[in-house]
Amino acid sequence: MISPTSLSPIKTHRWNPYLVGALIGVLSILTFSLADKPIGISTGIAQAAGACAVPVMGAEGVAANTYWAKKAVPAWDYGSLFVVGSFLGALISSLMSRSFKVETVPTVWRDRFGPSVAKRLTAAFLGGVVIIFGARLADGCTSGHGISGSLQLAVSSWTFFLVMFASGIATAFVIFRRRRA
Amino acid sequence: MMHTAFAFITGPGLLWAGLLFGIIFGMLLHRGGVTDYHVIVNQFLFRDFTVLKVMLTAIVVGGVGIFILHGHQLANFHIKSATMLAVVLGALLFGIGMVIYGYCPGTGIAAIGTGKLDALAGFFGMIAGAGAYAVSYDWIAANILPVADLGKKRLPQLFGGPEWVWYAGLALMALVVFTLVNRFHRHPIGCCTQG
Repeated sequence: MISPTSLSPIKTHRWNPYLVGALIGVLSILTFSLADKPIGISTGIAQAAGACAVPVMGAEGVAANTYWAKKAVPAWDYGSLFVVGSFLGALISSLMSRSFKVETVPTVWRDRFGPSVAKRLTAAFLGGVVIIFGARLADGCTSGHGISGSLQLAVSSWTFFLVMFASGIATAFVIFRRRRA
Repeated sequence: MMHTAFAFITGPGLLWAGLLFGIIFGMLLHRGGVTDYHVIVNQFLFRDFTVLKVMLTAIVVGGVGIFILHGHQLANFHIKSATMLAVVLGALLFGIGMVIYGYCPGTGIAAIGTGKLDALAGFFGMIAGAGAYAVSYDWIAANILPVADLGKKRLPQLFGGPEWVWYAGLALMALVVFTLVNRFHRHPIGCCTQG
C-alpha cells in the first residue's frame, strides 16, 4: 500500500479525504460564483444517451421526446463537457500517480461472486441501468443532489442523501455479508 | 436568475469552464480514492468511511462559502424540486444500483479513466437506463412527479429557524460523525481488503 508520507503530492495516489472534500467544496464555490452552475453529472449522461439514441430513433424521434427536447438536450454544453472532463481528470491523475491499472473484477466482488468476468460486467451494466434511472427520477445523483444540493440545504437533496444511503446499506448487507457458518 | 458580479464565464466560455472544472473534479475524485470500487462498497458495509468524509467536508465547506456569497448577491441558489415520491423512489433505486455497479455516476465516469472496465460496462448500462427514462418520461411526469411535490424548498424554509443555526448544525453534525467514525473505526488509508 501507498505510504501517506511518501513522494510528492502529485505522485501520492491517495490524499487525505478531508482535504479532498474541502477542495471539492472550494470547486463548488467556484462553479457557483464564476459560472453560475452547480456540479452535476447525471444530466450529462442523459444528454449522451440522447446522442446515442439518434441512430436508433432517428434525429426526429429524439427531438420529439419531451425529456431530450427540454431536460437533457443532447449537445456539447457546460454539463456534458463537465462529464468528459471528469473522465479526463481521473485519467490524467491516475497516469501521474502511476496508479492507472486495467481491471475488470474488483477483489471484494471476486471474494463474494467469483472471478467470472462476464458475471461482473453484466452486473455492472445492470447496476448502471438502475442507478441512472434512479438518478433521473430523483433529478440528481451523488454530485447534483449529494453534494451540490445538500450544501444548499435543499429538501429534495437531503431526502435523496438519506434514502440513498439507507437503500445502499440494506443492499450491501443483503448481497455482501456472508452468513457466519 | 439574477446575474451575479463574479459570474463572468458565459457563452462559449462555459464550454471550456465545464471541461476544466470537470477535469479538476475527476482528479479530486481519483485522489480521494472514491473511484475505487472497494471504497464505495465498503462505505455501505461500514468498513471504510472515505465517501462520507469527502461528501460531508465538501458540503460544509461549499455550503458555508456559497451561503456567504449568496448573502452578498454573489451566487444564485440552484435548488431542485422536492418531488417527494420521485425523489424517494429514485433514491431507493440509486442505492441498489450504486452497490451493484460499485460506483455512482460521477465516480463511475472517473473510474473508467483509471482503467476500470466494469465501470465502462456500467456506463453503457447508464446510457441504456437514461434512454429508458427519457422514453418513459411523459408517463412519469404525469403520474409520479406531481405526487407530494413540495417545490424548490430549502430546509430552513420548510422547518423554520435562522439560517446560521442550520449551517452551524450541519458543521456540528459533520464533526460528530467524523469523531465517532475515527474513534470506532481505525483502518489505515488505502486499506481495501475484506476483513
